[in-house]
Amino acid sequence: MSINRRNFLKFAGASTLIGVTGTAVIEKILLTDAEAAVSPGSEALTAKRWAMVIDVSKIKTEDDYKKIIHACHSIHNVPDIGNKKDEVKWIWEEDYEHSFPGVSDEFVPESIEHKSFLLLCNHCAKPACVRVCPTKATFKRPDGIVAMDYHRCIGCRFCMAACPYGARSFNWRDPRPFIKEETKEFPTRMKGVVEKCTFCSERLARGLKPACVEASNGALVFGDLEDPNSEVRKALSAHYTLRRKPEVGTAPSVYYVIGGNEHA
Amino acid sequence: MLDKALTGSKGYWIWIFSLLAVIGVGVLSYLHQFDYGLGVTGMSRDVSWGFYISQFTFLVGVAASAVMLIIPYYLHDYKKFGKIVILGEFLAIAAVTMCILFIFVDLGQPMRVMNVILHPTPNSILFWDATVLNGYLFINLIVGWTTLTADRKGVPPPNWVKPFIYLSIPWAVSIHTVTAFLYAGLPGRHFWLTAVMAARFLASAFASGPSLLILLCLIVRKVSKFDPGKEAIQTLGKIVTYAMFANVFLLGLEFFTAFYSQIPGHMHSFVYLYAGLDGYSKLVPLMWISSILAIISLVMLVNPNIRRKENLLATACVMIFISLWIDKGFGLVVGGFVPNMFERVTEYWPSLPETLITLGVWSIGFLILTVLYKIAIAVRERTASWPELH
Repeated sequence: MSINRRNFLKFAGASTLIGVTGTAVIEKILLTDAEAAVSPGSEALTAKRWAMVIDVSKIKTEDDYKKIIHACHSIHNVPDIGNKKDEVKWIWEEDYEHSFPGVSDEFVPESIEHKSFLLLCNHCAKPACVRVCPTKATFKRPDGIVAMDYHRCIGCRFCMAACPYGARSFNWRDPRPFIKEETKEFPTRMKGVVEKCTFCSERLARGLKPACVEASNGALVFGDLEDPNSEVRKALSAHYTLRRKPEVGTAPSVYYVIGGNEHA
Repeated sequence: MLDKALTGSKGYWIWIFSLLAVIGVGVLSYLHQFDYGLGVTGMSRDVSWGFYISQFTFLVGVAASAVMLIIPYYLHDYKKFGKIVILGEFLAIAAVTMCILFIFVDLGQPMRVMNVILHPTPNSILFWDATVLNGYLFINLIVGWTTLTADRKGVPPPNWVKPFIYLSIPWAVSIHTVTAFLYAGLPGRHFWLTAVMAARFLASAFASGPSLLILLCLIVRKVSKFDPGKEAIQTLGKIVTYAMFANVFLLGLEFFTAFYSQIPGHMHSFVYLYAGLDGYSKLVPLMWISSILAIISLVMLVNPNIRRKENLLATACVMIFISLWIDKGFGLVVGGFVPNMFERVTEYWPSLPETLITLGVWSIGFLILTVLYKIAIAVRERTASWPELH
C-alpha cells in the first residue's frame, strides 16, 4: 500500500489531534494517581530535614542494643547471612575508636572507650552516594531522607565506594533464604542491589517514628532538624554532640551525644 | 576485509581456538556468577570493587595510549609511525571492548545496564565514563577501519575522517581522566583522593600501553612479513621510558605527601600495600614485585645501549607491563578499600570464578586484537612494496 502526500497529511493531522487530546486525558488520570501516590497521608509525620540524636549512655545492656537492631532488621527483611563477606546490615554496633576514626582521643573516660555506638546511614545533607549514582537509584527526598529504588539499582556499587560511613550493603547473593521471619509489610530485596537504612520512611508515612527510635527507650531521638522546637534540636542544645567525619563535608544528620561519666 | 581473518597458518588457528577455549570457560563461570550473584567473587561489604574494576581501570590506560602514536604521526608528521598507527588504534578497540565488558561483568543487575541511558545522570562520573568509553570505541572503529580500507586501495584516507582523528586525541585523554575522576572525587577514601590521580593514570597509561605495543610489534614482525620498523619501535621505547619516569615521579609525590605530612588516613593504604597493616599483608609481595620491576626496567630503558637491543627492550617492556598491571590492575583499587571506613582491615583476593571470568574477558580482548591485527597485517603485507602514501 502506498500513501500519497495528501493522505499522509490527513492521517498525520488526525493522529496529532487524537494525540493532543488523548495525552491530555491520560495526563489528567496519571496526575491524580501520581499525586495520590506521593502526597503524604493525613497522619504522616513530615519534616524539612529529618535527623537523629543518639545518646548511647542511655543504652545500658547488650540486650538493649540487640533489641534496637532487631527492631530494624526484622521489619525490613534484612537477612542474617552469617558471614562477614556477604553481610547485610542497616544498623549495627561499633566501638568508639572505630566509630570516630581520626577523632577518637587516646585518653577518654572508660565509659566511652568501651561503649558501643550505633551506626547507620547518616542521611547526609550533601550525600556523596547520591552524587555518584549513575541511575538516580539512590536519591535525596525533600525531607532529607536518602532513599533507594531497589528496582532501578544496577548494582555498580559506586555508592558503596563513595559513602564515607560504610553504611551501604550489597546483596552479594539472594538474601531471601536468610530472612528469618519475612514480613509482608516491607519488600524483600533481590541479589545484586545495594540497600541501607531508610530512616523508616515507610513508617513516617503512617505516622510512626523509626523502629529503632521506638525500641530505644528514649536513647534515640528523632525529629526535624530545621524546627527549633523539635526533640532533636532540644537534644542538640542540651548536649555536646559529635557527627562522624564532619570534615568530608557530607553534613550527616545523625548526631552522637558524647556524655562521658555524667551520663554513665 | 574481515575475510582476511579467516585464512591463517596452523599456529594462527591454534591460538584462536585456545582463546575461544578460555572464553568458553569464562562464559560458563559468568553464567554461574549470573545465577548466584557477585558473591562468587572475593569481593565483600568492605572491599566492594575488586579484580573487574581494576582490570577496567588498567585497560582504559592501554586504550588511551593509542594517542602516543596519533600525536606524533598526525600532529608532528612523524612518518615512521605511519605503518603502525593502525596497530595502536586496533589495540585501543580491543582494550575499550574489554573495559566495557569488565564493567558489565561487575554489575549486580546486568540486565538493567540500560538504566544508565534511560535515566542519564550527569552528576555521576560513571555516566560520563560510559559516554566517553563508547565514544572512544566508536571513534577508533571509524578511524581504524577507514584508514585501513584506504590503505588497501592505495589511496590516502578520505578528508572527512580527519576531524575524527584529531578528535581522538583529546578523547583519549578524556577517557583516562574521567576514569581517574571515578576515584579522585570520593570523600573519605584518602588513597584515591588525590589531585595527581588523573596525571598519574595518564603517565602509567603511556608507559603500559606503548610497552604492550612494542611487544605486539615484535610479535607481528616474527609471525608475518610486515615489519613495523626498527626506528618506530625505538621511538616507542623512548615514549615508554619518559612516561614511566613520569609515573614513578608522581607515585613518589604521593609517598611524600602521605609520609611527610604523617596524616594517618593518607598513610594507611600505602602502609597496607607495601608493609602490611594490623598484621594483614596479602598484597605486600605483589607491590614489591611491582616496585622492583619498575626500577630494573627503568635502569634498563634509560640506558640507550640496552634500549637499542630489541631483546632487552622487550624484556624491559614485559617488566613494565607487569609492574603497572600490579600497581593499577590490582593494588590501586584494592588499596583504596583497605583499611575500610572504620579503619579496620578486610583483605581481598580474587576467587577462582572471578579469575576465570577475568581471563575470559582478556581472551575476548585478545581475540578481537588478533582478528583486527590479522586484517591489518594482511593489508600491510600486500602494500609493503608500495611507496609511502602519506
